[in-house]
Amino acid sequence: MARVYVFKRFERFWHWAQALLIITMLVSGFEVHGTYKLLSWHKAAELHTTAAWALMGLWVFAIFWHFTTGEWRQYIPTTNKMIDVALFYAFGIFRGEHHPYLKTKNHKHNPLQRVAYLGVKLFINPLIWCTGLFYLFYNQLGAIGLGGVSLGLIALAHTFGAFLMLLFLIAHVYLGTAGHTPTAHFTAMITGWDDDVHEEPQGAQAQ
Amino acid sequence: MRMIKHALVMIAALAFMAPAYTANSSESPQPNPKLLKSTADHSKFKELQKEFASGPEVTKVCLSCHTEAAKQVHLTQHWKWEFRNPDTNQLLGKKHIVNNFCTSVTSNYKACASCHIGYNTDGPQFDMASENNVDCLVCHDQTGKYKKPSGFAGNPVTKDTEFPPGSGKIIRGINLSEISQKVGKTRRQTCGACHFYGGGGDGVKHGDLDSSLDNPEKSLDVHMGTDGQNFTCATCHKTDGHQVPGSRYAPTAQDKEGAHMRGKADSTNPATCQACHGQTPHKKEAKLNDHTDKLACQTCHIPAFARGDVPTKMSWDWSTAGKRGKDGKPLVVKNDEGHDIYLGIKGDFVYEENVKPEYVWFNGKVKYTLADEKIDKANQPIYINKFEGSATDGKSMIWPIKLFRGKQPFDAENKTLTINHLAGADDTAYWTNLNWDKAIAAGMAAAGKPFSGKYDFIETIGMWPITHMVAPKDKALGCADCHSSNGRLEKVDGIYIPGRGRDHLALLDTAGWTLAALSLLGVIGHGIGRIVAAKRKQ
Repeated sequence: MARVYVFKRFERFWHWAQALLIITMLVSGFEVHGTYKLLSWHKAAELHTTAAWALMGLWVFAIFWHFTTGEWRQYIPTTNKMIDVALFYAFGIFRGEHHPYLKTKNHKHNPLQRVAYLGVKLFINPLIWCTGLFYLFYNQLGAIGLGGVSLGLIALAHTFGAFLMLLFLIAHVYLGTAGHTPTAHFTAMITGWDDDVHEEPQGAQAQ
Repeated sequence: MRMIKHALVMIAALAFMAPAYTANSSESPQPNPKLLKSTADHSKFKELQKEFASGPEVTKVCLSCHTEAAKQVHLTQHWKWEFRNPDTNQLLGKKHIVNNFCTSVTSNYKACASCHIGYNTDGPQFDMASENNVDCLVCHDQTGKYKKPSGFAGNPVTKDTEFPPGSGKIIRGINLSEISQKVGKTRRQTCGACHFYGGGGDGVKHGDLDSSLDNPEKSLDVHMGTDGQNFTCATCHKTDGHQVPGSRYAPTAQDKEGAHMRGKADSTNPATCQACHGQTPHKKEAKLNDHTDKLACQTCHIPAFARGDVPTKMSWDWSTAGKRGKDGKPLVVKNDEGHDIYLGIKGDFVYEENVKPEYVWFNGKVKYTLADEKIDKANQPIYINKFEGSATDGKSMIWPIKLFRGKQPFDAENKTLTINHLAGADDTAYWTNLNWDKAIAAGMAAAGKPFSGKYDFIETIGMWPITHMVAPKDKALGCADCHSSNGRLEKVDGIYIPGRGRDHLALLDTAGWTLAALSLLGVIGHGIGRIVAAKRKQ
């Protein structure tokens, strides 16, 4: 195992800014939904909208970054060792075993991570993004021929997306503690350096 | 050196000011500011410099110059007290409707005509064609001295008169000559003399119109405030040939037009908010403009009515009328603030101030229950007038209204509302003898309608649009007033309001939070498991 620089500066900025924005949006979003009163509905709605634009802007940059750097390949799903990883979290982790998946610089996510992150990127994010924009521009929907879509339905789908994001967040934060030390993943995400990376053979980069 | 410079500057300045000074002081006295507003000074007209014994004598003089004025007034609801709603084809107007205040003018013209824009309005068949009977002064009086006391069929009293005869009460005569020489444009107080006092007293009827609007502060009405723009009624209800726009019988519930522009022909109601403010009035917070498709402006901008320290009547129960005090006179009970809460001649009332409106979908169509329509006690409360509308008809907006609850006589056999004879010195008037049998029989006879002789009381509801007493923007409703559970719009159906609990799919919320809680418990359990396992290993 070696200490390797796995998370680039933009990637770290993107991750933590997104974390902050998503938590902000969950907190303000559920107030807008009427689940509790915290900031006042007005402020919550304003904050939610501002954060939404910031997050969308961030996503545009992140998508651009992923494609121009080729980092999108990190999320190509695989079934290889998926069962092993699941079994590790169910049993091996309690026995102090090492993680069955050996990270490399170009394959830094284990099979479960890949499928989860891909799900977030291809399903949860677009769902929240689209329904959010529909919500925000509800009055203008008629102009693009979608005047018949009810606000209730839009809100329902948006709330559904929010719950999925909340579930992801809980699991994600917890699994952040499941590295070879409880703080290893957090440290890596902050500094960019991970000291539990398998050095991959030269040829593997071509994959 | 500097001193000299300063002195030179001073002298130069004084030299410039000097001519201005002389010009000002040598000028003739300032002209009467009234002259700047009007081209005619009515006090200079010889025709008005005489004693008038009656209203029509004044009108005759008015018409000698304003030759077409009476013909214009004859076309108005103010004159006709009649309105055929083109939408419902119902024949409405004071002449025809039955309400749940004093119920009907039919047999009570001598009293009710105090608020008719005419003279000698002594019954339903008053002389509709008479030009001299048009009352110019009631709208154009500038002195505040013009009065049309109840009981005189719409006529002013010019000589001190004992009324009712034998009562010892003297009604002072007014000087019509003085009033006629000072006429001018309508004011809040002239319109208000009737519209603020409808239903038998200050603020009784509308809730958003009462004497507090005579000289309101901006905080009560942002447009009419004397410390602000000082609008008169006619600023919005801009007349055209004496026709006053803005009808309660056929209101403009939804105005999708832009703001009116000078010189551009506009066929739409000039009295709506949109007629000046357009469709996107919110500049600072554009999101608020997204509300203008479903909400009447009034819904947010009139947070409460009867805000000017004048309470409005919220309910009236005629069924309890008839009690007499120990002195044998009709009983009078007042509340701590001095307002009648029970009158032997009228029954029980409830007055309220700062009333939060009710909210309904309204498309501008108002359906009245008229005197001929069959009603059934099983269906009470009966709507005196029902605002129609729904979330889906494309014509409705959510409007604030005053819901006025009444309980009034109806013909228990013929199943119709009754016309009740209330005012007058005769034996059949309810306010004279407290006898419903006689009062209803006389009222129905005057209306030419059948009466079975059997009456009962039925609960009724009247609906009133709330559209005046627009508060300054910082006093408008906030988001959370509606975007919450049990908020202002809790009862309004057919619309999704973010933040209103009843609009949620309970299944999604329950499942979502349950799963979130289970996930949290799951990861905590997993974490504890890891800690315990790690400890054992050591």
